[in-house]
Amino acid sequence: MFKKATTTINKGLAAIFLSIFTSPSFAAWSDLNMTQGVTAISKEVFGLHMLIFWICVAIGIVVFGVMFYSMFAFTKKKNPNASTFHENTSLELAWTIVPFLILVLMAVPASNTLTKIYDDTEGDINIQVIGYQWKWEYRYLEDNIGFFSNLTTDLDEIYNRTPKGEHYLEEVDEAVVIPVGKKIRFLITANDVIHSWWMPDFAIKQDAIPGFINTAWTIVDKPGTYRGKCTELCGKNHGFMPVVVKVVPQDEYDLWVAGKKEAALKMAELTEKTWSAEELVQRGEGIYQKNCVACHQSNGAGIAGIFPALAGSDIVLNNKARHLEILMEGVQGAAMASYANQLSEVDMAAVITYTRRSWGNAENGDGEIVVPTDIVEYKKPKV
Amino acid sequence: MSAVIETHDHDDHHHGPAEGLTRWLYTTNHKDIGTLYLWFSFAMFLIGGAMAMVIRAELFQPGMQIVEPEFYNQMLTLHGLIMVFGAVMPAFVGLANWLIPMMVGAPDMALPRMNNLSFWILPVAFFILLSSLFMEGGAPNFGWTFYAPLSTTYAPPSVTFFIFSVHIMGASSIMGSINVIVTIMNMRAPGMTLMKMPLFVWSWLITAYLLIAVMPVLAGAVTMMLMDIHFGTSFFNAAGGGDPVLFQHIFWFFGHPEVYIMILPAFGITSHIIETFSRKQLFGHTSMVWAMTSIAILSFVVWAHHMFTVGLPLAAELFFMWATMLIAVPTGVKVFNWVTTMFKGSITYETPMLFAIAFVVLFTIGGFSGLMLAITPADFQYHDTYFVVAHFHYVLVPGAIFSIMAAVYYWIPKWTGNMYDERLGRLHFWLSFIGVNVTFFPQHWIGLAGMPRRVPDYALQFADWNMVSSVGAFLFGASQILFLFIVIKTVMGGKKATPEVWEGARGLEWTVDSPAPYHTFSTPPKVS
Repeated sequence: MFKKATTTINKGLAAIFLSIFTSPSFAAWSDLNMTQGVTAISKEVFGLHMLIFWICVAIGIVVFGVMFYSMFAFTKKKNPNASTFHENTSLELAWTIVPFLILVLMAVPASNTLTKIYDDTEGDINIQVIGYQWKWEYRYLEDNIGFFSNLTTDLDEIYNRTPKGEHYLEEVDEAVVIPVGKKIRFLITANDVIHSWWMPDFAIKQDAIPGFINTAWTIVDKPGTYRGKCTELCGKNHGFMPVVVKVVPQDEYDLWVAGKKEAALKMAELTEKTWSAEELVQRGEGIYQKNCVACHQSNGAGIAGIFPALAGSDIVLNNKARHLEILMEGVQGAAMASYANQLSEVDMAAVITYTRRSWGNAENGDGEIVVPTDIVEYKKPKV
Repeated sequence: MSAVIETHDHDDHHHGPAEGLTRWLYTTNHKDIGTLYLWFSFAMFLIGGAMAMVIRAELFQPGMQIVEPEFYNQMLTLHGLIMVFGAVMPAFVGLANWLIPMMVGAPDMALPRMNNLSFWILPVAFFILLSSLFMEGGAPNFGWTFYAPLSTTYAPPSVTFFIFSVHIMGASSIMGSINVIVTIMNMRAPGMTLMKMPLFVWSWLITAYLLIAVMPVLAGAVTMMLMDIHFGTSFFNAAGGGDPVLFQHIFWFFGHPEVYIMILPAFGITSHIIETFSRKQLFGHTSMVWAMTSIAILSFVVWAHHMFTVGLPLAAELFFMWATMLIAVPTGVKVFNWVTTMFKGSITYETPMLFAIAFVVLFTIGGFSGLMLAITPADFQYHDTYFVVAHFHYVLVPGAIFSIMAAVYYWIPKWTGNMYDERLGRLHFWLSFIGVNVTFFPQHWIGLAGMPRRVPDYALQFADWNMVSSVGAFLFGASQILFLFIVIKTVMGGKKATPEVWEGARGLEWTVDSPAPYHTFSTPPKVS
């Protein structure tokens, strides 16, 4: 009964406010408000937000109304002698109890929505989301496909050397693709520090925490490209690891999955092929720019005191085995993560070869190269 | 007891403060130490403010212009730490030192030598913290909340110095709190029962208990970090079987009461000022005390509302949502009491009153956004965006900091014996008021529209209001130079103040001369 009444009030208020805020004259103002999003949950969350907002406005009008009235009506000029009352038990009781009741009124719809968000039934499609410094990895558990999603905004745009594009800082090389109308479950975790995966249009924000798997789910009915961000400070490039989700019709999704599987097969062929040093260096440069420059810098000099230099490093010059091991295992207790799962065998071999043969390293060290099959060999279980 | 004090009285009256630097270095006088705290906090306010200016300058336009992301993170971390631990908290301790003995009719703080120590270790702590800017790898860059493992495995080497400096700050706060509690419990003038105590004294009594309860928790958190970094433990390291979320539970168990530590004394100050300039006894003195006590108790059971997105179970989310909403009740009571005090009063608008009224209005706006943030489903959208930045700056800048400024204008005639320049005071108020709102109000909008906090660069749709916000910040920053000028001018001279100073002022501090003599209440006054 009570629940019904509050939901009705909730809906009624929400309807009034929605009509105000969606009217054309408020078009500009909608840029200043929370997105309504594209899922049932996100719309409900928006309704809650507006409900609480207008309750606060109403309380504000009453309280500040009395206050401003007092400020004008009871100046020393107009009211030279102040009243002496300083207590009133029934008034004090009233303004303790009434706010409490208003709070209960807010808590009911909020608790309902929260319970819906915590629906933990299985999803149709389960996608593991892994945060890295500073990119996201997505793994589709049923289809066994996966990829990394990196910011594509050019450094020249960021440093104001070229004009900024439409999706400045909100564009990636590979978006998560999901079909419409299916329940998608995200299993969110992190590889290094804490990140947070935020997609405002789905009203999902879940922290990605090393050692934990958090879940969130959504059902999206409207195809489109949706943009979000990392919302937990995760180091230097926290502002540069956006989230992009592409929602597509089912048939388009199936095609995309098939394409991803085919690409994986092609990659396996590349691994077996015989590579020359030049080919690897050429491929490695791109991998390096995408994965390594943030810390080790494009000239391989690193940042003194935090990120070691690769140019002239003893390991890079003369210790191929240790070099490979660092890339594959990461460095315990330091910011260097394992790239074993982030890079394919080909890309791993290419980026190692690139660093061993750039910035004068080939001349100062042994200049040995690493080929994809070396990585395959390394990954084999050791007896 | 009083006999002993009277003999002291005779000795001390013949020698005032020592001359020169040693007066300040060796002083055990509560007024001197209060002054030291206040000047120290003002210096930190300017340093932390300069860092905020760097942040706003970088955010003036999209793109990276002035600093690199690495340095930007150091600025936002140090800005937060300096403002919380260097500006707001020491300012309130300074006010406590100056005012509590005079308000309860005591000759000094109960533990004067410890008082000296608790001040003088503070500059050391901040010297260490600031020196980390010049270390290899830079200053702490993980935010003032220093979440592990970003602050442990992935931190720059200077984190060890940060940990040491937090330990010193904690020791200083704990000593200060013990001093406040002992003074209030043992040194009140005859007749001053607990319920007759002025509200600023009450607010500090509660604050001091909060500090003693949570500062050791913070010390525990940083010690565990130290162990993880240097001694191979894995408290917060998932790879070693540790728990990064544990850090957040510990941090916010300290952090939430800490938030109230920074606002309760402001409640006390505001109550005194509104009462004085309304020329009417404060409405609901008793309910004010109960409201502050309830807020303090509730502050221990709401910490996880800072962690709604870490993946807590539903039951925990519901509990922390409801508990957090409940805080609105006692907070509402306080606001209603202030408004009702003004109702049918006889009000004038001197600078302290302007700041106090702005406090009530803008703090309430911060309270409203706090209520919105308590609604867990909505918090999934607000969390870690500029909406949160706007919220806590509304309660801390026009909240805590406005109340400190109000207090300075209100009591500076008592401290210096001179009236401040009213015209300049009002100018300072209006510039600050406009500056603070232009800075922080648009941040609600850019947060709702989707801009995360702690980013050095942002997408193009946030550009307009970021620019407005930066302009407001520069205005607010510049107006504080005027504040410095006004304070110095008042210290140097000005219209002489009477003992009462303000027409409607109540309380023992207004019964002694202005400036207050170096030693006051050597013979305790009688309170009826």
